[in-house]
Amino acid sequence: MTDVTAPRPESGPAALMRHGRHVIGENKVTGFAFALFLLIGLAALFGPHIVPHDPLASDTAAALKPPSVRHWFGTDQIGRDVFSRVVVATRLDLFIALASVALVFLMGGLAGVAAGFFGGWTDRIVGRIADTIMAFPLFVLAMGIVAALGNSVQNIIIATAIVNFPLYARVARAEANVRREVGFVLAARLSGNSEARIVLGQVLPNIMPIMIVQMSLTMGYAILNAAGLSFIGLGVRPPTAEWGIMVAEGAAFMVSGEWWIAFFPGAALMIAVFCFNLLGDGLRDIVDPQRRT
Amino acid sequence: MTAIPLLDVHDLTVEFATRRGVVRAVQRVNLSIARGETVGIVGESGSGKSVTSYAVMRILDRAGRIAEGSVRFSSIDVRQASEDEMRELRGREMSMIFQNPRAALNPIRKVGRQIEDVLLEHVKATRSDATEKAIDLLDQVRIARPRERYHAYPFELSGGMCQRVVIALALACQPQLLIADEPTTGLDVTTQKTVMELIVGLTHQRSMSTILITHDLGLAATYCDRVVVMEKGHVVETASARAIFTAPSHRYSRKLMRATPRPGVSLRELLPEGETPTPTSASVTPLNAMDRTPLLVVDKLIKEYPRKGLDGVGAMLGKLVRHGPAPEPDVFRAVDGISFSINRGESVGLVGESGCGKSTTSTMVMRLIDKTSGSIVFDGEDIGDIPARSFARLPLRKRIQMVFQDPTDSLNPRFTAARAIADPLLRLGGIPGRDAIRARCEELARQVDLPLDLLDRFPHQLSGGQKARVGIARAIALKPDLVILDEPTAALDVSVQAVVLNLLQELKDTLGMSYLFVSHDLNVVRLLCGRVIVMQAGRIVEHGPTERVLFAPEAQYTRDLLAAIPHPKFDDEPARMVAHS
Amino acid sequence: MLSLMIKRLLVAVPSLIGVVIVTFLLTRALPGDPAAYFAGPAATKEAIEQIRVKLGLEQPLIVQFGRYVQDLAKGDLGHSLTTGQPVAQEIRTRLPASAELTLLGLFVSMLVAVPLGIAAATHPGSLTDHACRVVATAGVSLPVFFTGLILVYVFYYLLGWAPAPLGRLDVFFSAPPQVTGFYLIDSLIAGNLELFWASLKQLFLPALTLAIFSLAPIARMTRASMLAVLASDFVRTARASGLSSTTVIVTYAFRNAMIPVVTTLGMVFSFLLGANVLVEKVFAWPGIGSFAVEALIASDFAPLQGFVLTMAVMYVGLNLMIDILYGLIDPRVRLEA
Repeated sequence: MTDVTAPRPESGPAALMRHGRHVIGENKVTGFAFALFLLIGLAALFGPHIVPHDPLASDTAAALKPPSVRHWFGTDQIGRDVFSRVVVATRLDLFIALASVALVFLMGGLAGVAAGFFGGWTDRIVGRIADTIMAFPLFVLAMGIVAALGNSVQNIIIATAIVNFPLYARVARAEANVRREVGFVLAARLSGNSEARIVLGQVLPNIMPIMIVQMSLTMGYAILNAAGLSFIGLGVRPPTAEWGIMVAEGAAFMVSGEWWIAFFPGAALMIAVFCFNLLGDGLRDIVDPQRRT
Repeated sequence: MTAIPLLDVHDLTVEFATRRGVVRAVQRVNLSIARGETVGIVGESGSGKSVTSYAVMRILDRAGRIAEGSVRFSSIDVRQASEDEMRELRGREMSMIFQNPRAALNPIRKVGRQIEDVLLEHVKATRSDATEKAIDLLDQVRIARPRERYHAYPFELSGGMCQRVVIALALACQPQLLIADEPTTGLDVTTQKTVMELIVGLTHQRSMSTILITHDLGLAATYCDRVVVMEKGHVVETASARAIFTAPSHRYSRKLMRATPRPGVSLRELLPEGETPTPTSASVTPLNAMDRTPLLVVDKLIKEYPRKGLDGVGAMLGKLVRHGPAPEPDVFRAVDGISFSINRGESVGLVGESGCGKSTTSTMVMRLIDKTSGSIVFDGEDIGDIPARSFARLPLRKRIQMVFQDPTDSLNPRFTAARAIADPLLRLGGIPGRDAIRARCEELARQVDLPLDLLDRFPHQLSGGQKARVGIARAIALKPDLVILDEPTAALDVSVQAVVLNLLQELKDTLGMSYLFVSHDLNVVRLLCGRVIVMQAGRIVEHGPTERVLFAPEAQYTRDLLAAIPHPKFDDEPARMVAHS
Repeated sequence: MLSLMIKRLLVAVPSLIGVVIVTFLLTRALPGDPAAYFAGPAATKEAIEQIRVKLGLEQPLIVQFGRYVQDLAKGDLGHSLTTGQPVAQEIRTRLPASAELTLLGLFVSMLVAVPLGIAAATHPGSLTDHACRVVATAGVSLPVFFTGLILVYVFYYLLGWAPAPLGRLDVFFSAPPQVTGFYLIDSLIAGNLELFWASLKQLFLPALTLAIFSLAPIARMTRASMLAVLASDFVRTARASGLSSTTVIVTYAFRNAMIPVVTTLGMVFSFLLGANVLVEKVFAWPGIGSFAVEALIASDFAPLQGFVLTMAVMYVGLNLMIDILYGLIDPRVRLEA
């Protein structure tokens, strides 16, 4: 009397790891992205300790030297070693991106879930806020916020978080809305679960994978946003080593041929963002294979 | 009588490349259709019936291919033909209609234009007369006011009308073969009958051959000359409709035939021969047959919804833009003043087509949504006044539970079966300790005949029937008095349905529960329910003992519903509807 | 149709109100004394007091807001400290430069991205498909200012093909008589082909930078949308009816696939308007983006506020047009209105 059943693999975190490893193995690109992510993480954690030169030490005699054995990425206009600065900047840029993504995940994610699940006034208010933010071109709004609040790293994080709020809120809201009247939520109500328990214990764990994918994809955008703001002089001040401001400093020299000053930090930016985007795509494939692009 | 068949499928094998390797969806299938014949292909999910027809038209998915065998249509070797040749055949010599008609039409193109596209492609019309021909086709498929409807978009038409448009598309170029893949699934029962009669009428009128693909043996037997039964990619039996319906020879055909709910069969008889429902381990609680006091009394229940779209500010602005009074009232009555009762130990059926309000009624009785007015009295207590939000926390919650229609979305994909069954126990069961809860879960699993080792699996690792059992176990976990079953077997294969229905009957008798069985399928309701209530447009049109209502219906609507159920008749005169010419 | 447009217009109104409120609040959220910010770092005490009175900073917030809205209605966006000119006038003069650049970039981008996306979707697994996916993923990762700089280095410094990134026109040329403010159009109207080419040469690199930037999201969306539509039931019906592949792809698939792409355009514009600022800095383009950046450096707040407001209002207008376009394409939206 038994019907046909699927084969019985294990379940739980062990199975997820195995499945993850399987997908990474299958998809070389995701594996590559993962390795890159580890590399970037290592640079952020240990960078300042292992770089050959002091990122702040200037040596005007050795200014504007092209890449060589001594200075792998060359030196900038006041003789600082570009390589050391690029590696050290990893920590700051990553920190800014992580902090803003974490912040917006909390604000936007929770607001979106509440709006999608409870509807009514919560939905309307969150919707209004999101719409008002979305009425601005996002980078322009970030400029305005940082200019208003003051020129600091903290405000860059806040501005990036605010600007990304509508996206998170929208995704969280859509997912929560779908699950609002879905069968197992109705069944949970029948089992005597309070609304709060349903949201926290059943809906949220269901939405988490999608939100994590969203976070990974937005990391890249957060890094670009922060770098863009520094490029136009907001947020980070010299002589701090940060990729965006390094590109700004090196921009003038591109025209006259000293390409390495702006190139290497720009390339680092590109690689970091690329890595996070690939990672996000790979995570999305693990979590929800139907949404593959 | 020509000996050469129109379609000759010989030893057909179709393979799909999947992530887990090559899968054979169809194996060594033999099939032949003569001119003017109507053949039904019947099978449950996974039988390969649809894949076979896709192979015939060569519209298989990119991952699929015809691995072996041959398909000959008229004199053409379908397997060897070029894509251009196939494109000429499709639509012009053979065409197909699908399930879910609204999705089958281009949503942003007028339906008339879509018919014209087919006519122009196969040079059956010129630019100047295409429009007239399209309108004529719409008329032939009995769409009222065809000239107006030519300009309609699919979203403006009902499901039945969309299907008629699809039929018009398929028959536009007068093909020789029509393949109808589950053309009536998803349509209302009364619409199903008219659509089937239309298809059969038109194809007979034009001496076309038809392949009807369905999971419903009764439907196939009613409308087809011959029936082919498929199981897991193989053809298991081919015979005349009469033979299949009255005396199937293959084991699987017999199982399928037995499991199909039809008049004059009891619940036990649905099961395959030689199988009896396994006795449950719970002790049989003697049910006092005289205890017919009402458990649930519903009186003048009304549920209103505001018209969709505008609310608050939007409604105000809408009034500004609109000229004159509103065209429709601002509320929609899903349930319009119904009254009924359910006694202890009774099983009452609630029947109606989509939109009749039966699901809204059952959701209100469940106290998941609030009523607009009227009363709901459960065991003497007025539960209608308690807001839905607070009901979850009351001890009364334990006594009314529900089995859902779609077993897939009623189980949290991140919960194991055990965790899902334990949820009500954890919240309202008052059972101390994880071991005690686990023990109770296992006891419930035994009661619903779910193998214990499946308790730690996740929903995606369970079959449809197993998921249904988990849902049932969860519903009975708190020993409720009243269980509402919302189309609990609609999503299941017919053979699995037979087993689950028997299980539901066993549980009701053993545990002394009352049922409110919501369904659109009168045959299923007949098997399980002593009384039946028929709803239409939010009102009750008829109610009474099931046998009386089904044999001597008083309301016209009930009569229409009954007439719409396919009834194979095998006198010497063919049962098929003659086309109105 | 008209009711659709009116409805969309009405929806845009709350957005505009929100924009005005937010830009107002941004300037009152300044840490410290807003008057000092607006007066500038070099202001005397009297100047600061003057500004304080002009802005009505002693009044309750509502009154200040009322004054702000009044000024806006008159077209008064304050004065720039660095140039001394009214901000509104500066913006008006500089807007065509930014608009010409952005629109050209978007146009080129769509010209490449949409066919690429369609080709990738209709030939899955082919070289085109892989190229599209690489472009989409890599393009989204490139910082737009970095792309600009690389292009300058390669095409100007190394190859010498492009002119120096010094603005809209080489020093030897003077601007065509003003009709639209778009040099490309105005020079053609004036019949001056030499000027046309000169403008185009200057436009080439910055527009290419913006085009590369917006290529990725448009190509990605087109491909995804086309894939989804090609797998849909109604395309299956079209194929089963024997319609030619051209009809299927163009009449049935493409039009339906474009609907999500049009809605994505709103988001693409948001990114483009932001990227505009960065590109203008790299290429010293005299548009409103560089106007804002210069103001930032000089701590000149009135231009910054005017810039944010102008960009936002333009963006609301753009979204409105996209919404209406969407309604034109999709009858479901049009007829249910």
